[in-house]
Amino acid sequence: MVTPNPEFTKEIESRGGGQVLMCFQCGTCTASCPSGKQTSFRTRKLMRMAQLGLKDDIVNSEELWQCTTCYSCVERCPREVPIVDIIIALRNIAVDNGHMYDEHKKVATALSKYGHTVSINDNVKAQRKDLGLPEVPPTVLANDKAKADLDKILKATGFDKIIG
Amino acid sequence: MAKYAFFLGCIAPLRYPGVEKSTRDVCTKLGIELVDLKDASCCPAPGVIRAFSKETWIAAAARNLALAEKEGLDILTICNGCYGSLFDAAHELHEDPELLARVNKILAEIGMEYKGTTKVRHFAEVIYRDIGLEKVKEAVTKPLDYQVAAFYGCHFLKPSKIKSLDDPENPRMLDDLIEAVGAKSMPRRQKLMCCGAGGGLRSAFGETAMKFTKENLDNIKESGAQYIIDVCPFCHLQFDQGQKELGYSIPVLHLAQLYGVAMGMDAKDLGLSAHATPVKL
Repeated sequence: MVTPNPEFTKEIESRGGGQVLMCFQCGTCTASCPSGKQTSFRTRKLMRMAQLGLKDDIVNSEELWQCTTCYSCVERCPREVPIVDIIIALRNIAVDNGHMYDEHKKVATALSKYGHTVSINDNVKAQRKDLGLPEVPPTVLANDKAKADLDKILKATGFDKIIG
Repeated sequence: MAKYAFFLGCIAPLRYPGVEKSTRDVCTKLGIELVDLKDASCCPAPGVIRAFSKETWIAAAARNLALAEKEGLDILTICNGCYGSLFDAAHELHEDPELLARVNKILAEIGMEYKGTTKVRHFAEVIYRDIGLEKVKEAVTKPLDYQVAAFYGCHFLKPSKIKSLDDPENPRMLDDLIEAVGAKSMPRRQKLMCCGAGGGLRSAFGETAMKFTKENLDNIKESGAQYIIDVCPFCHLQFDQGQKELGYSIPVLHLAQLYGVAMGMDAKDLGLSAHATPVKL
C-alpha cells in the first residue's frame, strides 16, 4: 500500500519545481521522451510518484538521472507542466539526501577546482597557441581573484558540502 | 556596429578552440564586435550543476550576467548549454524580484550586484535576426555545394515558451542559416532529437547517451547528409568523439566553422584538423 504524502508537492515547488499537480497523466511526456525509448525512465510515472509524494522511491531511483533535459515533454505537455523544472527540483532533493553519482561528483569537483566543468591541458594550450588564441582563455582560469570570487559563491550556496 | 560580450563557456575554449577562433573571425567578417567577457566561469551547466544545486547555479550564473552588465553589453554565446543556462537564469532573475534580491545578497559578498539588464543571445540567432542572411550571402567567397544535416540540439530553441525563436517542432532558422552559404539542409527523421549528452547522461550513463547518438547518426546517414552542422560544442563533442567509438565518419562542424570555410578562411585557422572524426572539405 502506498501512503501519499501531499506535503512533498510543496517541497518540490519550494525548490523551484512548479506545479506537479497540474499533470493529468495523459502520457504525452513519456511518448515524446527519447530517453524512455532506451531506458526504463517513464516521465509520466515519475510525475505520478511526485504527485503522491513517494520521496524515498524517487530519490533512490536511477531513472531520475536518465533525463537529458531535452524539453520535448515540456513542449508538448497539454497542461504546461514544467516537467524539466520538476525533475531538476527532484534531483536537488536527491542530492540533498546524499544521492549523487561519482561521475557527477567529478563534474561538480571540476567546477570547484577550475571554475569550468572541464580542465585545461597541454594539448589544448598548444592548439590555442597555433590558432593565435591566448594559451589560457581569459576566464576565471586566467585570474585568481575572479576564481576566488567564484569560490566564495560556491561556498555561500553550500556547493562545497555537495562535493564532500 | 553590433557589439557583444563574448561568453566562451567550457567546451569550446577547452576542447574545441577552433570553434572559438572561427566565431571570432566570422563575427569580424559580419561586422559583429566581440569583447571578451573576462573573468567569466562555467555558465554553470544547466543539466548537471543546476541539477545538483539550483542555488549555486543561479548565483554563479548571476555573477556571469553581472560581469556583462558592468560592461554595458549583452552576452553572445556559441553553445546551447551556455545559452540555455544563462537565458533561463536571466529569465528567472528578471521575473522574480525576491529571487534577484536573494542572489544579490550573495553577490554582495564579492562586491558585485546584478540589476537585471543583461540579454543573453546565441550566435546563430544574432546572425539570423540582427545581421540577416543577405549579409551572410555577401560574405561568402566559396559557396559550399554540400548536403548537410542541421543539428539544432535542445536548448537553442527550447523551452520555446520563453525563447520564442522559432517553431520548436518544425524550425527553419538553422536550415536557412546553412542554406545561405549554398549548402543543402537535408530532411531527416527525428531531426529535433537530443544528441544524448545533456542532463549528465554523457558522464553517468555514457552507453545510453551513445544510443541517442547512434540513432541520430543512422537518421543523418539515411538522409544523405555529408556533414553534421551544429550550434553547440557539447553536441559537437558528442558527435565528433562518439563516431570514433561507433564507427561512423560524418564530419562535424559548428556553424561558425561552416561559415569560416564558406567565407574563405583557412581550414587550419578553423581548428578542423583537431577533430576526432576527420574533416575532409
